[in-house]
Amino acid sequence: MSNDIKIKKGLNINLKGEAEKTVEQAVISKFCTVRPEDFHSVIPKLIAREGTKLKAGETIFYDKSNEAVKFVSPVSGTVVEVVRGPKRRVDAVKIEVDSEQVYQDNGKFDIDAAQPDAVKAHFLASGCWPFIKQRPYDVVANPSKTPKAIFISGYASAPLAADLDFTLKGKETELQAAINALGKLTSGKIHVSVGANSNSPLAGLTGVTLHKVSGPHPVGNVGTLINKVDPVNKGEVVWTVNAQDLVIIGELLLTGKFNAERIVALAGSEIEKPRYFKTKIGSEVATMIYDKGVAQGAHPRIISGNVLSGKHIKPDGALDYYSNVITVIPEGDDYELFGWNKPVFNKISTSRALTFSWLNPKKVYDLNTNTNGEHRAFVVTGGYEEVFPLDIYPLQVLKACMYKDLDEMEALGMYEVAPEDFALTEFVCVSKQPHQKIIREGLDLMLKEIG
Amino acid sequence: MSLKNKLHVLKRKFRSSKYAPAFNALHTFLYLPDETTHGGTHIKVADDLKRTMNTVIMAMVPCLIFGMFNAGYQHHLATGAIDAVSGGFFSSEFWTLANFSIGFWKILPLVIVSYGVGLGIEFLFAIIKKHEVEEGYLVTGMLVPLIVPVDIPLWMLAVAVAFGVVIGKEVFGGTGMNILNPALTIRAFLFFAYPTWMSGDKVWVEGAVERANEIAAGANLDAISGETILGSLAQGKDFAYSTADMFLGFIPGSVGETSTLLILLGGLFLIFTKIGSWRIMLSSALGAIVMGLIFNQVADAGIIGEGSKFYGLMNTPFWHHLMIGGFAFGTVFMATDPVTASQTNKGKWIYGFLVGFISILIRVFNPAYPEGVMLAILLMNVFAPTIDHYVIQGNVKKRMKRLKAKVA
Repeated sequence: MSNDIKIKKGLNINLKGEAEKTVEQAVISKFCTVRPEDFHSVIPKLIAREGTKLKAGETIFYDKSNEAVKFVSPVSGTVVEVVRGPKRRVDAVKIEVDSEQVYQDNGKFDIDAAQPDAVKAHFLASGCWPFIKQRPYDVVANPSKTPKAIFISGYASAPLAADLDFTLKGKETELQAAINALGKLTSGKIHVSVGANSNSPLAGLTGVTLHKVSGPHPVGNVGTLINKVDPVNKGEVVWTVNAQDLVIIGELLLTGKFNAERIVALAGSEIEKPRYFKTKIGSEVATMIYDKGVAQGAHPRIISGNVLSGKHIKPDGALDYYSNVITVIPEGDDYELFGWNKPVFNKISTSRALTFSWLNPKKVYDLNTNTNGEHRAFVVTGGYEEVFPLDIYPLQVLKACMYKDLDEMEALGMYEVAPEDFALTEFVCVSKQPHQKIIREGLDLMLKEIG
Repeated sequence: MSLKNKLHVLKRKFRSSKYAPAFNALHTFLYLPDETTHGGTHIKVADDLKRTMNTVIMAMVPCLIFGMFNAGYQHHLATGAIDAVSGGFFSSEFWTLANFSIGFWKILPLVIVSYGVGLGIEFLFAIIKKHEVEEGYLVTGMLVPLIVPVDIPLWMLAVAVAFGVVIGKEVFGGTGMNILNPALTIRAFLFFAYPTWMSGDKVWVEGAVERANEIAAGANLDAISGETILGSLAQGKDFAYSTADMFLGFIPGSVGETSTLLILLGGLFLIFTKIGSWRIMLSSALGAIVMGLIFNQVADAGIIGEGSKFYGLMNTPFWHHLMIGGFAFGTVFMATDPVTASQTNKGKWIYGFLVGFISILIRVFNPAYPEGVMLAILLMNVFAPTIDHYVIQGNVKKRMKRLKAKVA
């Protein structure tokens, strides 16, 4: 049986400012910021208060509802500020980075000899656990459940995404170590997707089921892989791990050091010279965009992540825990005379209603953050299905989430999805509805009510 | 200060007032707003609801203009002022300024009343309910003048529009929430409240009712009349229109429904722009053809004799049904309304087929009013959620089966 996956439904969004394939060492960030909001539904219990000195890999906080899950510092340094929001919620932990990096030694780990429980304990204790996310609910995995399979996407199809073939090059040893360890934690297989014509370091790994994928975005989303290979049923759990985080896991297993280093793409039309940087989780984006980055006087939107599901951050913000791309595009807070009825050549559209992006699907666009219209009730039908390859009815799931019918949400496939799977339907939505937010709130409700 | 900045300042001033929705509705017609994305995707497609609705209106404009010429043409033809067309679509008898001016002055008020009353109510509801004015009525307001007889009194139209917008749409929560197509709700209201103005042989030709009243009052004038083809067929009478007349639209009927050619072009435009559902249009035509063929067979087999009152319509060649009455217009512009039609692709096939099928069924068997499209679409609007329910159950069952296979 062929393991190849080919999808037709979807949409490639070609944006200006793709990162050139050169890696620079980013300036060492003065501060490192870890934001608990990156770990959805985790309520942090702080261990490191202001003034605490931390080694890289030492615990900052753990999950209040599951104390075994620890979140560690990507760098060695001193906690200088715990930023709090309403009700004393921890918004961010700001660490002043030492000039000399010291790592907590977790010891070399003998993967081959280890029992599954030992592997799990090592992951939890060393701070690697948060890299494992689970479906249903798209949250940090619950260590008490065994997944039926683990899914890793090695093909990034999102607009301006970092090319994983490039960023993972030469990391085969770390990747293999991580795969070997993860293999002990599941009763099923580890499914890995790579691009059909790619030259991925993941393709040579043993202990994985390889799927060659081709087609438009979201073919590279791990949700698409899950849906096409082995969808989540009620009561089942699958895990997902970002390919680039396997490197950190692998290095920890091999050397005992939690090295939060990651190759990040700096991309987008507002960047003078888009390219790759070697940096660390939590580093200030200013360390990358100051040189040949954003022009003077520009008015950009800086995004930690891709333009479809990344987070809006301020110029003094930091790279989040899971992203390997920083995208900078122009803000679009300006009016456009008769923008709703004049012919449009410089924006993407899936219709042909005096929009002309269908003429040249390969054209590269410089899109800004304007919504191109106001928020409306759902009216148009049939458009989402064209860009949604999962075997789920997108409009109906969204509506079920909006009227909070748990039975219907369950029946329509909410266990299988993550907000990111609805990024394209949100992009093409004529009514400008916040699909990802609707799905996130639906998942939160299910997590709370069903668990 | 430029207009753009002036309006921006005004928008801020209006922001907290209750008239903000009304101001924004007008402002956004001039300028695409300066709103940016927050949370979710950072970029969005170029299309919005205004553009979508505008595309539908563009597809209807040829029908409107043709309707204006046709109103005058039917009037002059009935009074004997001109001869019937003889030169195809571009016949000189049809495209005259005299024809156009009668139609223009007759139909423009219909358009103004339709938009004036309808949008007035929309604005009122937006202000009361504190939401933005949604664009749904832009299309409805253009549909309404195209699906009424040319001589309909304006006050009736105003009453019907008010009813249709309030009861057909706003009570359900406004655009996107309604069960029935608002334009057809308006037409159905007219049809049941003022039947004498919606059927018969007088209302389809400009001036015919007035002339009849003058004759009744004792004036010595020739009566003018114009029966629609469906009306003639239902009464077993002959009519003087060729197949080409039906296709090109030189026949009496509601303002915009007569020209199958222009409706077809509008439909193709909607399909090309991906705004209208080709599934509904195609399956609806198929449904009508199937029903028409069945009736043709019944008539051919002699099951219904020539004496039967149904014979005339049953014996009409099945493909003529696509060109007479409001079938083409209803299929292209009203059955495809995404809010009231089925919302799943599979459901659209079923929904469309049944719209076509039932249209012809009602058309043939309705003794009082030989037009079925309006009622067929309204009926299927009601059933569309049920169709979707069963289509979606298919997906749900698949998921259940997968789960069972795992457990077993």
